[in-house]
Amino acid sequence: MESSNRDRKAKLLEIRDLYKAFPLSNSLLEQLQFKHGRLVRNRESVHAINGVSLDMYPGDALCVVGESGCGKSTVARVVTGLLQPTSGSIVFDNQRIDHLPPKKQLPYRRRMQMIFQNPYASLNPRMTVRQTLEEPVRFHNPGIGNGELKQKVEEVMASVGVDPGWSNRFPHEFSGGQRQRISIARALTVDPELIVADEPISALDVSIQAQVLNLLMEAREQRSLTYLFITHDLAVVEHFGSRVAVMYLGAICELADTATLFDTPRHPYTQALLSAIPRLNRDRPPHIKLKGEIPTPINLPTGCLFQTRCLYADERCRQERPALKELNDGARVACHGVEEDRIE
Amino acid sequence: MPILEIKNLEVRFPMRGGELIAIRDISFSIDRGERLGIVGESGAGKSVAAFAILRLIGRPGYISGGQILFEGNDLARLSPEQLRQFRGNQITMIFQDPMMTLNPVLTIGTQMIECLQTHRGMGRKQARKVAVEKLRRVAIPSPEARIDQYPHELSGGMRQRVVIAIALLTDPAIIIADEPTTALDVTIQAEIMELLLALCETHQVALILITHDLGVVSEITQRAIVMYAGRIVEEGPTRDIIERARHPYTHGLIDALPERTHPGQRLNQIPGSMPSLVDIPPGCAFHPRCEHVTDLCQTRVPGYTLLDHARVACHWVAAQEQS
Amino acid sequence: MIRHWRLFVDSTFLYRFRRDKVAIASFSLLLLMVLLSFSSPLIAPFDPYDPAQIDIMDSDMPPAWQAEGEPRFPLGTDAQGRDMLSTILYGTRISITIGLFAVLLQSILGISLGLIAGYFGGRIDAFLMRLADIQLSFSTLMVAIIVLAIFQASFGTELYNELAIFMLILVIGIAEWPQYARTVRASVLAEKKKEYVDAVRVIGLGSGQIMFRHILPNTLSPILVISTVQVANAIMSEAALSFLGLGMPVNKPSLGSLINSGFEYILSGSWWITAFPALVLVLLVLVINLLGDWLRDVLNPKLYKD
Repeated sequence: MESSNRDRKAKLLEIRDLYKAFPLSNSLLEQLQFKHGRLVRNRESVHAINGVSLDMYPGDALCVVGESGCGKSTVARVVTGLLQPTSGSIVFDNQRIDHLPPKKQLPYRRRMQMIFQNPYASLNPRMTVRQTLEEPVRFHNPGIGNGELKQKVEEVMASVGVDPGWSNRFPHEFSGGQRQRISIARALTVDPELIVADEPISALDVSIQAQVLNLLMEAREQRSLTYLFITHDLAVVEHFGSRVAVMYLGAICELADTATLFDTPRHPYTQALLSAIPRLNRDRPPHIKLKGEIPTPINLPTGCLFQTRCLYADERCRQERPALKELNDGARVACHGVEEDRIE
Repeated sequence: MPILEIKNLEVRFPMRGGELIAIRDISFSIDRGERLGIVGESGAGKSVAAFAILRLIGRPGYISGGQILFEGNDLARLSPEQLRQFRGNQITMIFQDPMMTLNPVLTIGTQMIECLQTHRGMGRKQARKVAVEKLRRVAIPSPEARIDQYPHELSGGMRQRVVIAIALLTDPAIIIADEPTTALDVTIQAEIMELLLALCETHQVALILITHDLGVVSEITQRAIVMYAGRIVEEGPTRDIIERARHPYTHGLIDALPERTHPGQRLNQIPGSMPSLVDIPPGCAFHPRCEHVTDLCQTRVPGYTLLDHARVACHWVAAQEQS
Repeated sequence: MIRHWRLFVDSTFLYRFRRDKVAIASFSLLLLMVLLSFSSPLIAPFDPYDPAQIDIMDSDMPPAWQAEGEPRFPLGTDAQGRDMLSTILYGTRISITIGLFAVLLQSILGISLGLIAGYFGGRIDAFLMRLADIQLSFSTLMVAIIVLAIFQASFGTELYNELAIFMLILVIGIAEWPQYARTVRASVLAEKKKEYVDAVRVIGLGSGQIMFRHILPNTLSPILVISTVQVANAIMSEAALSFLGLGMPVNKPSLGSLINSGFEYILSGSWWITAFPALVLVLLVLVINLLGDWLRDVLNPKLYKD
């Protein structure tokens, strides 16, 4: 039912075959190396994203999870235009936006805003809350009157639970949780449709995390927002997300509805990840240990990106990279083992 | 007979226009081989308490009162010379950032051998053997090779393992771990925590685990202390605290976790945020956020109500117990 | 505005200033010197620029407290019969003016180029920074001597004397922009990584707005520190050039040219012509540098002490 409903709705965001590599050494001199008695130009790159495709529908709360270095934040930054993809495309509301000149991107930028991780760095310390919140409104509505502007800012401040009477204060006068609310308010001032949230609560205290998460969920209902939510916290994903994409080494290894993923994790990496969350109750399944460590994204493993640590890897896994394949219940898994029914 | 007993510990930081009391009236004890968790949000004073035990409070802060009794010796009153017998020897510490312990310009072997030479008076050869042995014990693959590497050649998880190996070098009686896995990924965190747990169990090492993560506390510790605004608000067996927290703050904290609510539903939240130490509310510091607040809470600091194996600093709980 | 003022009054900045005796002493002394020198037309007993007030018969008088001194000239007179006190007051004014305007020019050049280099990075950054390296490899004095000497030779001493003050500002101002550019570039690189810059980029703001509205205000602390030090440096450079005879002309002396003009007489016993301006120069540069040091300590959060 869920999927048929999706087919009817238009996609809000479409990420196709996204690749992003960061060149490691940028000057020519650093690239030159002697190898076998010859001078060669050695161009190494960090392969942060290696072929990611995602569709988002209006109303989705798509969570991207993974461990540090898996490329989840890079996906967020490419989507919001902070980074240029190496290849692949970003389509927003049926318009490919990644190759547009900055001026032409503006109307789409307004509809897509971002919330950041660190509430202490994401607000300009020399601007009052009012200045911070007015700036995006004024920028995207150049003709707006002062009264209307003030009203808009106060309305947004009230909606995120910050007293509008404090709008003349500077960020350092607020607590971390309050700052994150202001940061959310800044994103909401331009009435976006898509919010890209990059670890928005992981720098906050436990009791504040609940407040901010509630706020994000309220905003989702009241403003019919769509979220691309980047996090490493699986407990938050289970609570907040409608769908989950698990990333490993810059690629998606499993993509499913939240309930499906948490009930029946298919990919060996997802299984290990889920077993590692510390839980309050003691009856959790035993922790599945992975062998080895995450390889560096500079020299990617051949075949399946996960094969160096996988307990089920065989010859095919070492040779051929698996594609995301849809299963009966709509989950998509990139694993030869699951496809061949070797893994339960 | 507890191995470490903290009595009425207080730490102050002088600042403009007065002194800031970072922790006050901290008393607890830990037995040999026991695992104790100290839980709190940032600003609760849990790290200050941990640092104070080893007298590692950075200047200008100082211990302004109380005792730190380790096997009868009051660490708060020892000379720096005498303190060295205990610090880094009988009591060792694991920090959140492994690079607080590791010197980036020395190989991990050099650092471990130096530590053994100063604290145990060992010769180089023997010290190296012990160091390799300890690295093996924290499950570092091929320790004979790894020992000659520099910290930056190791991954974050490996570094924290090395730090644990260093903490174990002197066969301490107590390890204080300050957020040891906060900087690590979940899968690595689980491994490190399992390792720490196993080591403490096999060697009868007492563990004081400072963390904000209730899940970790629940999985590792036997007893837990909850701190709020520089004070202990609740202490008891970990299971009891997780399942039947008495203090409204502890209760609210646990209830705010996503796993306590059905997916998609509104989370239970505690309103407001922890007061800054500069302006702690009068009476019970938690009263502005508390749903059971009474007039008494606003004026008098609650004393501890003793329950079986537990204590709670809350007027509301005290009143319930009386009736 | 009131808010900013309240913030300033409450700030650690003012608090630490009030607790630092050296800072208070330096600041008071600097303020005194600036006030006195800039009100020199009002308070100086003579006008050294007015030939009518100068009498050659008064030349070479020692300070008033010496046997041959006269109370009219508290600090004595120079070889042309000018009152030393008045000349020093006027000279200090010129020195400070040149210092301030040279630094203003330096900062405009250096801040813009540093912002551009740091914000855009890549080739632009590499080009501007190499340019700065080249500029720095010529010492300020060397550049100034060459430029000023050529100017003097090609346009004649007359015109030079008239335009000396502008030439000095221009030369010292242009020669030292790399100091600024480097400092600004370094803090721009640090600020650029912060999330608030990403946030305004997501909003869609253009590079100019991001650079000047968001990044520049957050690099003000290091700019302030380097500015104080640079004012002291500029005053020193000007004094050195004037001492070499390439600075302010004798009829409009700065502290440097005063020191120079007295230098010939020092062996004949007229020590005061050199000594008093030199003392003022040393004091001026010292208090500015002390203030700069203090500022650096206060504004660098990593050095936070008590």
